[in-house]
Amino acid sequence: MKARVTVTLKSGVLDPQGKAIEGALKSLGVSGVASVRQGKVFDIEIEGGDRTRTEAALKSAAEKLLANTVIENYLVELIG
Amino acid sequence: MKAAILVFPGINRERDMARALTLVSGREPAMVWHAESELPAGTDVVVIPGGFSYGDYLRCGAIAARAPIMDAVRAFAQKGGLVLAICNGFQIACEAGLLPGVLMRNAQLRFICRDVYLRVERSDTPFTRGYNAGQVIRVPVAHGEGNYIADGETIARLEGEGRVVFRYASPDGIVDPNWNHNGAMNAIAGIINERGNVLGMMPHPENHVEALMGCTDGRGLFAGLVDHFQKAA
Repeated sequence: MKARVTVTLKSGVLDPQGKAIEGALKSLGVSGVASVRQGKVFDIEIEGGDRTRTEAALKSAAEKLLANTVIENYLVELIG
Repeated sequence: MKAAILVFPGINRERDMARALTLVSGREPAMVWHAESELPAGTDVVVIPGGFSYGDYLRCGAIAARAPIMDAVRAFAQKGGLVLAICNGFQIACEAGLLPGVLMRNAQLRFICRDVYLRVERSDTPFTRGYNAGQVIRVPVAHGEGNYIADGETIARLEGEGRVVFRYASPDGIVDPNWNHNGAMNAIAGIINERGNVLGMMPHPENHVEALMGCTDGRGLFAGLVDHFQKAA
């Protein structure tokens, strides 16, 4: 089963990299950019087809390693 | 003083640290590979050195923090054992839950490698007894992610409990944004845990311990630790 875990910075946490990207987009003339926040995407394949178990495994992966929950939020999506 | 230095793939300051510890304590530290599950018997202080463990993949220190040896380090710290975590070691200690907060990308987005001035905020910890409170020391930094942040509640607790041990300052000890080179909250360069037995700091005292290095301001930290164990013995 394929899944995607998206990790994003919590609101209120300063994101200097996002700010730099925002500046670069503005200097490239991309119009209408209000702000940029940088995150991470993990595409993960899990063996077996049990959705409940897969979701639990991914949640555990996110909590234990993929996200630092002090500063980051995560979202688990099963793609099928 | 029996020191154990943790070694992870990608760490590169372990030999500087071993040299400083040997020079000041007169005893060679043990080098402990990350895949070990136990610390050497009789270890007094665990040192998590600087470098780029696992290439800083995922987040600085994130993968090293989950290595087998870290369970032993957590148990050691829970029993009151001293843990000194420098630079990448500080990042690892935060990721491992030994210290609160996170070290983010430097505010100016640049890797900074130069000497900085630190104001020693307390002299009543095993790590800082070799200094006077308010003393300013000059030590090098070399990091891209040293910008300490934590939520407001955690910062208030750290400040309220006097757990900020080192702060970036001017050569005469004034805390000023111009001298806070990485943008850390409250110019925090080093903190201790609630119990006072785990110290995390971004700068490298081990690189200013002998005349050849041009400065010996870092020596007080190691000399203080040696003194702590001599007094305890």
